[in-house]
Amino acid sequence: MNILLQQKAPIYEALLKHKSNRVVPFDVPGHKGGRGNKELTEFLGENCMKADVNSMKPLDNLCHPTSVIREAEQIAADAFGSKAAFFIVNGTTASVQGMIMSVCKAGDKIIMPRNVHRSAINALVVCGAVPVYVNPGVSKDLGIPLGMTLSEVKKAILNNPDAKAILVNNPTYYGICSDLREIVGFAHEYGMKVLVDEAHGTHFYFGEDMPVSAMAAGADMAAVSMHKTGGSLTQSSFLLCGEGINPRHVRQIINLTQTTSGSYLLLVSLDIARKNLSLNGRELFKKTVEIAEYARSEINKLGGYYAFGKELIDKDAVYDFDPTKLSVHTRNMGLAGIEVYDLLRDEYGIQIEFGDISNFLAIISAGDRALEIERLIASLSEIRRLYGKEDKSDMFDHEYINPEVVYAPQQAFYSPKKSLPIRKTAGKVCGEFVMCYPPGIPILAPGERITGEIINYILYAKGKGCLLTGTEDMAVNKINVVEVD
Amino acid sequence: MELWYTENHTEEARFSIKIDRQLVSLQSDFQRIDVFESREFGRILTLDGYLMVTEKDEFIYHDMITHVAMATNPDIRKVLVIGGGDGGAVRELLRYKTIAHIDMVEIDEEVVKVCKEYLPVTACGLTDERVHLYFEDGLKYVRTQEGKYDLIIVDSTDPFGPGEGLFTKEFYGNCYRALNDKGILVNQHESMYYSSYAASMKRAHQRIKGTFPIAKIYQAHIPTYPSGHWLFGFASKKFNPIKDLDADKWNQLGLKTRYYNTDLQVGAFAIPNYIKEQLESD
Repeated sequence: MNILLQQKAPIYEALLKHKSNRVVPFDVPGHKGGRGNKELTEFLGENCMKADVNSMKPLDNLCHPTSVIREAEQIAADAFGSKAAFFIVNGTTASVQGMIMSVCKAGDKIIMPRNVHRSAINALVVCGAVPVYVNPGVSKDLGIPLGMTLSEVKKAILNNPDAKAILVNNPTYYGICSDLREIVGFAHEYGMKVLVDEAHGTHFYFGEDMPVSAMAAGADMAAVSMHKTGGSLTQSSFLLCGEGINPRHVRQIINLTQTTSGSYLLLVSLDIARKNLSLNGRELFKKTVEIAEYARSEINKLGGYYAFGKELIDKDAVYDFDPTKLSVHTRNMGLAGIEVYDLLRDEYGIQIEFGDISNFLAIISAGDRALEIERLIASLSEIRRLYGKEDKSDMFDHEYINPEVVYAPQQAFYSPKKSLPIRKTAGKVCGEFVMCYPPGIPILAPGERITGEIINYILYAKGKGCLLTGTEDMAVNKINVVEVD
Repeated sequence: MELWYTENHTEEARFSIKIDRQLVSLQSDFQRIDVFESREFGRILTLDGYLMVTEKDEFIYHDMITHVAMATNPDIRKVLVIGGGDGGAVRELLRYKTIAHIDMVEIDEEVVKVCKEYLPVTACGLTDERVHLYFEDGLKYVRTQEGKYDLIIVDSTDPFGPGEGLFTKEFYGNCYRALNDKGILVNQHESMYYSSYAASMKRAHQRIKGTFPIAKIYQAHIPTYPSGHWLFGFASKKFNPIKDLDADKWNQLGLKTRYYNTDLQVGAFAIPNYIKEQLESD
């Protein structure tokens, strides 16, 4: 990383200059620096409205960057140690889809763990690639999916030597990392590209003593959700390319679905966040880890909760652990993670990232203060005192449910379908997604066989208060299944 | 030359005291601390510009935050004071020979240092051997205690600063756990006259009510606080501050107080309608 270069923020500088030039706007957006929408301007602030501008020569064009955006992308590539970096304004969903569609066409195989985010399987619906799922393994004690083991990955590669690519979640939502270097080495031997969904791993590039980042491990592409832990605005993201990728082709793929009115609010937030992390990231993430470690040790003293950390590392299914994640197991006090999640919000005014059947996850960042951390810990102590149960017999013992993929996602999604009540779908092939959101990992993806076990899981999650999404039926009482003629 | 200290009680209403001179001004890790000398109110302590204590009317606040609980349960032996870095509450508690142990948890050690030097009137008791000082977050401290105290006094700053955590549901729940089965919680409850605090104080009262079987509000007249009409919360697992008031026993102690008396205790719980209505509304 070139520290002198990293002090620049070309998009930010260009916007400042544009503002000081007092250019008269006869272009979109029609709010004209906020004058046309007073209430919004009062709410967001004049600076914000004035930075909401359209592409123009001095500010470059996201679809075909030749000046300040181009320069900002090159500086970002330098920051992440990648060959190229793209500013993405359609969410990390667009980054993940950009990766998959850059290396897979209809009918191509792609190896991935089943616990991918819906955006990855969405990409398969759009482009027609066929998934080969690797069982990520589940921690029976914690009820969380782990990372793909090297041996499972090798087996999948050897059984599918025609696969074009392998997608790795690194880290998972819960902070679990795979052996990325070895996976890259083995996949490259077989001519497969390695794509990394690094949505929750921005800090791997900037913090000290972090698990290895995708680019450092030699991966071909990575989707980095800068807005999650990197400090940019929601929906902004980076797509990174390694040595084995032609970035000009990737740009064309991105332009298939990307807006032609890229938001300068999002672009400048990426530019400034990148600068901040390059210059201050080491310190910021050191503070983040300290806060997370403190919270872990205090929560573990409360009893009943288990805030897990590096002790999980076994150099196999848990190759490494992201110390900034505060994931807490709740089942031993008779509460589902989603129940603790709801209690924290409804009773204590604390919003955390998500709760699942057995765990909840709190996002920790350098923006946290001791005061808020103490409130979280104190509330957890109260929840245990007031709601904890000795009896955990009605708690769901989560197992990885190995999916039977009957049709490729695209084929299933576009097949004739009919809507059936959930309980009547056993044995049918699912024609849509069913998932809890967050975390947005599909319980069912299009093309998968529905089983009694899966139905029980969906009904249990619904009963505990998980927000189920993905189905055409907004109430999630019915599932679209593939009609077989 | 005229020097005036001004606190904005609202955006549209101000309160000013003519200042003779400034004695100290420093920035701690948590807040800005100032002490002024004035002719009308004597020495004045402010935190982040908000008036905390004046020598002239501190007796009212410190009488009311301590003696009401002590007259309700004369057997109080072990007390936790959260906040209260000026030492005034501790000074009043130390007048009871029956109190054997006082823990005081103040987040900002600098406040105590400044008060010991510039406000000996209130800070005089902080070196007593019955007093044990802890400089940490009150919310964190109380979380680690269980069934230990007869009385907890929350002498905090307002709910929009370092004291924010001391108005939360989790804090009141942790206090409940830290008190024994006769425990009493007294907290400074701001004022409900100006609307900026009314909503958060109503919420605080509802949180206390949801945690303790007995939860009441009482009042005092404190000239230098916004609106002058100040509230305190009284919550307990067992004691009712009017029915269980042991007036004779307290009066036999012979403590001389300038504001508090046992008749006033009964009256203090008779709160005005505009406050009742706000507390009872949804």
